[in-house]
Amino acid sequence: MGSDLHTKTLAELGALLNTGECSSVELTRLFLARIDRHGKALNAFVTVTPERALAQAAAADARRALLRKNGEKGSPLLGMPFVHKDIFCTDGVRTTCGSKMLAGFVPPYDATVVERMAQAGMVMLAKTNMDEFAMGSSNETSFFGPVKNPWDLSKVPGGSSGGSAAAVAALLAPMATGTDTGGSIRQPAALTNLTGLKPTYGAVSRHGMIAFASSLDQAGTLTHSAEDAALVLQAIAGFDPRDSTSVERPVPDYHAALARIAKDGIKGLRIGVPPEFFDQGLDRRVAQCVHDALDELSRQGAMVVDVHLPNLAHSVPVYYVVAPAECSSNLARFDGVRFGHRAADPKDLTDLYMRSRGEGFGAEVKRRIMTGTYVLSAGYYDAYYLKAQKVRQLIAEDFRRAFERIDVILGPTTPTPAFGLGEKTDDPVTMYLNDIYTIGANLAGLPAMSLPMGFVDGLPVGMQLIGGHFTEERLLGVAHAYQAATAWHRRAPQAFA
Amino acid sequence: MSLTPEQVRSIAHLARLAITAEDEARYAKSLSSILDFVAALDRADVTGVTPMAHPLADLAQRRRPDLATEPDVRDQAQANAPKVAAGLYLVPKVIE
Repeated sequence: MGSDLHTKTLAELGALLNTGECSSVELTRLFLARIDRHGKALNAFVTVTPERALAQAAAADARRALLRKNGEKGSPLLGMPFVHKDIFCTDGVRTTCGSKMLAGFVPPYDATVVERMAQAGMVMLAKTNMDEFAMGSSNETSFFGPVKNPWDLSKVPGGSSGGSAAAVAALLAPMATGTDTGGSIRQPAALTNLTGLKPTYGAVSRHGMIAFASSLDQAGTLTHSAEDAALVLQAIAGFDPRDSTSVERPVPDYHAALARIAKDGIKGLRIGVPPEFFDQGLDRRVAQCVHDALDELSRQGAMVVDVHLPNLAHSVPVYYVVAPAECSSNLARFDGVRFGHRAADPKDLTDLYMRSRGEGFGAEVKRRIMTGTYVLSAGYYDAYYLKAQKVRQLIAEDFRRAFERIDVILGPTTPTPAFGLGEKTDDPVTMYLNDIYTIGANLAGLPAMSLPMGFVDGLPVGMQLIGGHFTEERLLGVAHAYQAATAWHRRAPQAFA
Repeated sequence: MSLTPEQVRSIAHLARLAITAEDEARYAKSLSSILDFVAALDRADVTGVTPMAHPLADLAQRRRPDLATEPDVRDQAQANAPKVAAGLYLVPKVIE
């Protein structure tokens, strides 16, 4: 087999697996060797599971051989290697969520996403590094140290799914899972030249995904292409009785949706471009890339429509009330009693709680727990939390109104390309502003994607597509149409080629 | 909005987080800057707006039959506990 297998998309690798031109064991060995060679320099992984991966790969090859004997074709994902963000509980494999608190935690069950990908025959290679409890935009809050951006090792890969992004961007795995509470899939995807998909809230089960802010968290994918995102979404989407906010509705055939777009094109598609996405904080070279992308989509027949999201400017302040409030409540479960870190020689129960949590959580997590505790405390609840929930409604209404006139919203994913490691760690508010364009979709529960759209100073930048609730087919279709005409998404960093 | 180190100590206690005196001053500064930042919400007019509790407006909470569906994984679960004996979680003495 050729030596360029690691540069291929899931769709391409799936075709090779199907024809027998390569085996799952072969692919698994290849990516494990690449992880071995490059993983440490990027600090992209918390735990690598080679024995388990090779056993799963051998089982997948056996299953495929049996299918072939019966003249059947397996799923393109059968035997496909990938990596999980270390926020998804994996039965028998340590799951840390990037925290000292869970450094020794071995879940007794699989998250639904983990279970569904295993059922599809996918092969987990490793668990990826991440911001502690998914709280961060640079992957610098991890207990296991910062992750580096494969495009420039002095830059951040984005966060919180930074290890997942670095792994796929450096071609150490063809796909990774991620989670997105305020941009944690889309922002790292943008900063590492990947396709990141955050589905509609409730489309993918949150069961077994360690909770940060339950009304915002959603699982999704980091891949090289929209076609690959569609393949994995097909496997993980759908109702799960174990998640009380999982939505009961049939899962569309995403691949068919892409085929439809490939055939019919996007003529007549109404793209909303809100001026609020082009504020003074946006690097004008990033803005230029967005305009170039719009030109490409217009050439294919899309129409650009003016829409306004007047309340979008409030989205970061709303988020930094709502998310910490939910986090302070969710992280109350870490008490040093049933699982997680426990302080030595506690003198009483309060001392046990306080020191276990004080030692187990890092600085940013503590800051968010305290912010949340404050905004929910007696006397401040109305002024902060209730007010934020009302402004959240205004932001959601802006989107609802916009989608009466347009099909998708298009803008930048981040204001700038990747920033330097350590550059924004001193001031939390500066760091928080990195998510200014991504948070709106989480507050309104909308599906959104980031796609590679060019380079600024040699660093990748991403465009964001946002759609109405449960319009993943359309989002993926538009992304697919764009990627069929452009090659940004096929670029890989030289050092890892 | 400026929090004092004393206020930070009381918030940390509510959140059951042990922090050092040095941390109190640091958190007083960063929490104050976060609260100043979110104070921008004061400028939004929310007269008559219903607070949004869930991103999908028309979704009702599901009911399910009251059945035991999960397998017994107590031993595996307790393998993660810092201190257990005879299937029980051990904590410092609560009642004198």
